[in-house]
Amino acid sequence: MSGPLLEVENLTKHFPIHGGFLNREKARVHAVDGVSFRVMRGETLGIVGESGCGKSTLGKTILKLIEPTAGTIRLKGKDITHLSRREMLPHRREMQVIFQDPYASLNQRMRVQDIVAEPLGNFDTGSRQERLEKVAALFARVGLRREAMHRYPHEFSGGQRQRLGIARALALNPDLIIADEPVSALDVSVQAQVMNLMMDLQQELGLSYLFIAHDLAVVQHISHRIGVMYLGRLVEITDRARLFADPQHPYTEALLASVPVPDPRRRRKRRVLKGDVPSPVNPPKGCHFNTRCPYAVERCLHEEPALREVAPGHWAACHLR
Amino acid sequence: MTDPRTAGDTEAKLEAPPWHRRLVEGLGDLRETLRRNPTMLFGLVVLAIMAASAFAAPWLGLPDPMRQNPIGRLQGPSAEAWFGTDMYGRDLFSRVLHGGQISIVVGLSVAFLATVMGLAIGLVSGFNRRLDAVVMRLMDALMSIPSILLAIALVALWGSSVRNVILALTIPEVPRVVRLVRSVVLMLRDQLFVQAAIASGTSTPRILVRHIMPNTIPPLIVQATYICAQAVIFEAYLSFVGAGTPPEVPSWGNIMAEGRTFFFRNFGMILYPGVFLAITVFAINTFGDGLRDSLDPRMQRRV
Repeated sequence: MSGPLLEVENLTKHFPIHGGFLNREKARVHAVDGVSFRVMRGETLGIVGESGCGKSTLGKTILKLIEPTAGTIRLKGKDITHLSRREMLPHRREMQVIFQDPYASLNQRMRVQDIVAEPLGNFDTGSRQERLEKVAALFARVGLRREAMHRYPHEFSGGQRQRLGIARALALNPDLIIADEPVSALDVSVQAQVMNLMMDLQQELGLSYLFIAHDLAVVQHISHRIGVMYLGRLVEITDRARLFADPQHPYTEALLASVPVPDPRRRRKRRVLKGDVPSPVNPPKGCHFNTRCPYAVERCLHEEPALREVAPGHWAACHLR
Repeated sequence: MTDPRTAGDTEAKLEAPPWHRRLVEGLGDLRETLRRNPTMLFGLVVLAIMAASAFAAPWLGLPDPMRQNPIGRLQGPSAEAWFGTDMYGRDLFSRVLHGGQISIVVGLSVAFLATVMGLAIGLVSGFNRRLDAVVMRLMDALMSIPSILLAIALVALWGSSVRNVILALTIPEVPRVVRLVRSVVLMLRDQLFVQAAIASGTSTPRILVRHIMPNTIPPLIVQATYICAQAVIFEAYLSFVGAGTPPEVPSWGNIMAEGRTFFFRNFGMILYPGVFLAITVFAINTFGDGLRDSLDPRMQRRV
């Protein structure tokens, strides 16, 4: 099948803040503000951004765990934006999730075999024994011992729990896995193991990932293309090599400058961003980055820059490029 | 150490341990909890003695609690009648022991029914926003009526029988259980493991039963002990004001109500059932407090 696996167009999620007289809407949190991108088959799209930039909300909205405010989500060409919870069920098989916190994302009171078998039970008509056989195969695939199947989550380490999360996500044989900071809670050595596992699985099964993280090094390791988010908007998106070699957006530049380089003799021009991220409740007018941008000009204060193709396959949202 | 990647190919058990082994493990846990919590053990033992004496009363060779003996009315304690006799010459000790049956049956039934009903309503209400608004206003309305008045009104409406007393005491307790369950549901609904279950296509009823209900059980068990103690008192209260169990059935409230008139002739009619009632309620509450302490997540169990 040709065409993108996942196509997100102008996706927007605003959270209303209620309060005051009769609980009227006082303000809105602009968590995700008009984000568009595509994920191709077998591709990993990394999404980076600092905390609070809306990247987790983006993932949850695509999964329809949160209802989008505007925009469209197309999965395999089918518009799933406004499907109800029940209508979503058949599409759940094609899109699975791995969460950041491997402690909170597994039900402490269930045996791990039942946790991994749960998605199977939702769609599969096979017997319990057949499902357990499949779970055993999944355990072997993600590098867990099948003897551990009837243990409880608290008997596993963080990395092993994340493997359990991956096994659960793989159970339905999805095409797309949305990984919401899947390694952020793990030790660096374990991070590498889990990422390598994910990359092996991608090769074997032809999976696509939407890989959300705040750590540029992690995203660089796993992604084919990378999107940079700032305050609810996608400011730059291109393939990995281009992004690192030739960043176009000032925010991307600053992010890259903050990645530590393991070479004590190398002197770099440090470009530390001034100030804090503005509140997503009242984002700045014009370009969201204008409060911290070293190059901001008059136009940035009024006019919102569109995501333009500055070079083939390289999109950036900046007036100055 | 075996390599985890190849270990999966070796012979392995796929099934969980059989239920009877899990039951034995569970009972072992309970014994361990009781050993570390002597107050709770004390409450449980006292409660067991009260229950055993009440339900074994018919076989203890005591005089029939209904047999009247007009000659020996309002006697003080003696070798034949340990607690003396009432105004019809009925043996008080036998009556007080038999009366415990009603209290315990009512207490347990009310605790069970209120918990089950509250659990069902609370689960659904916590997960369905539209229903929630309606249900919670209804519960608020129920809670605004003093529970004892509501119970008296219900018994007056339905007529006095043990079954009606149980129902009349259950209804005022339901809203409190609903609130408790609902608060746990609201807390759990946004937890990642529930989100993950939704994302993997689990239907709402399954999420409620599999992921949410098990987490409501510990606080509910604790709540159930308090409801039980409350119901034992309220049953006595209803009987005392004449809106409870029929007067011919011995219950602690009935005996005390009858004793009211003869307080100066034989105060045992009030004293003994009162003491039994107090001990029972105290034992239930002690047990409940112990349960709460051992189930409290802040007092994490040792590994």
